[in-house]
Amino acid sequence: MAQKFSNRYIFVFASIMVIVVALILSLLATLLQPIQDRNMRLEKMQNILASINIEVERQKSADVFSDYIIQTKILNHEGEEIEGDAFEVDLQEEIRKDLTERQMPLYIAEVEGETYYILPLRGAGLWGPIWGYVSLKSDFNTIGGADFDHATETPGLGSQIAEKDFQDQFKGKKIYDQEGNYRSVAVVRDGADPDDPHEVDAISGGTMTSNGVSKMLYEGIRIYEPYFKKQQDL
Amino acid sequence: MSENTNNNKEPLFSYKNKKLLSNPIGKNNPITIQVLGICSVLAVTVQLKPSFVLAIAVVSVMGLSNVIISLLRKTIPPRIRIIVQLTVIASLVIIVDQVLKAALYDVSRQLSIFVGLIITNCIIMGRLEGFALYNKPWPSFLDGIGNAAGYGAVLLAVGFIRELFGSGTIMNQQVVPAFLYEIGYENNGLFILPPMAMIAVGIMIWIQRYRDPELIDVS
Repeated sequence: MAQKFSNRYIFVFASIMVIVVALILSLLATLLQPIQDRNMRLEKMQNILASINIEVERQKSADVFSDYIIQTKILNHEGEEIEGDAFEVDLQEEIRKDLTERQMPLYIAEVEGETYYILPLRGAGLWGPIWGYVSLKSDFNTIGGADFDHATETPGLGSQIAEKDFQDQFKGKKIYDQEGNYRSVAVVRDGADPDDPHEVDAISGGTMTSNGVSKMLYEGIRIYEPYFKKQQDL
Repeated sequence: MSENTNNNKEPLFSYKNKKLLSNPIGKNNPITIQVLGICSVLAVTVQLKPSFVLAIAVVSVMGLSNVIISLLRKTIPPRIRIIVQLTVIASLVIIVDQVLKAALYDVSRQLSIFVGLIITNCIIMGRLEGFALYNKPWPSFLDGIGNAAGYGAVLLAVGFIRELFGSGTIMNQQVVPAFLYEIGYENNGLFILPPMAMIAVGIMIWIQRYRDPELIDVS
């Protein structure tokens, strides 16, 4: 380290380093983008299928997806169908919009003769966004299954929302009480009553993420109510 | 640790080189002796699986960044060496992340938040600053792998203890038998929370120093 470096050398060194690093990283990102996008699309299909309790390997999810999902729709806030490809709707952008302008995707699946309505959800966890899919049976009340995911929740704590044990609790829960009032399903601390159709157990040490799931379900299912009403009136 | 120029014929795994690899796992462990990198130990050791994934990721990033800095060591101006080190670490982490997302998507899903934690891991920069800047690539590589392994070993030990007592599982598999719960055994919620990692690391430090009094810092 006895060498003496001139200011000029330092500037040149730093510039070259920055250019080389930028080149490598952008080249890599551009090259890998198509493969990464494909993985994400397949994962999305896998997650949608998980909400109707169909487990499938990611590589095969595209085929299985077309077997079970019989219809996809985009709805507006009044429950009317609008033009577009539901699969391409980016929920991250939609939830920022005013409700009246929002595009709400809906997937309709048929499993062993029973129809499921799959609603995509997106909300906030502790550190970042959480998202998921919840399926409702044709009574628009009973939950058929749920699948949640996240990018940055605390590993081993909040991240458990992505695990099957947590998600399985939602099966058979109801979103309306007996008087027909909207209740959604809440994630509660200190143990949920197993007989209560509107509660599931929260994650120990993951309270903030659990609350995020409650809120996401409450807000995310409610906006589809006009559509449910329309379907039930038919 | 000045550079030794006349050891060209030194075998790859000479006594000295082996020490580079084994010392940080035991007597000079980055966590229990130097007490570095504690933050990530507290954050990720709730379960064994994330601990394992992070250990692997740190081993690869640390081995590579030590080699790169060691190769560049004669050209790096000392005044901006920290920035250069950070750039190398951050770029490597981004490359690892991007490649995983494309090739091993499931592994990358598990890594999630850890990627950021690797960049901030002070052990990596500590080894670049303390070793790779003054030594040849091969010893630097061994030093990087050794330190990362020492870090990983503590991570795994703490992860094992916390998952076993906190959740009754190992690698998400139930290991505490059901009859124990029936006679009144309960999982200890404290093990799930970060303070327990601190206590566990503290106890490890204590045991290690008790068994090897040389390590006791009398100052």
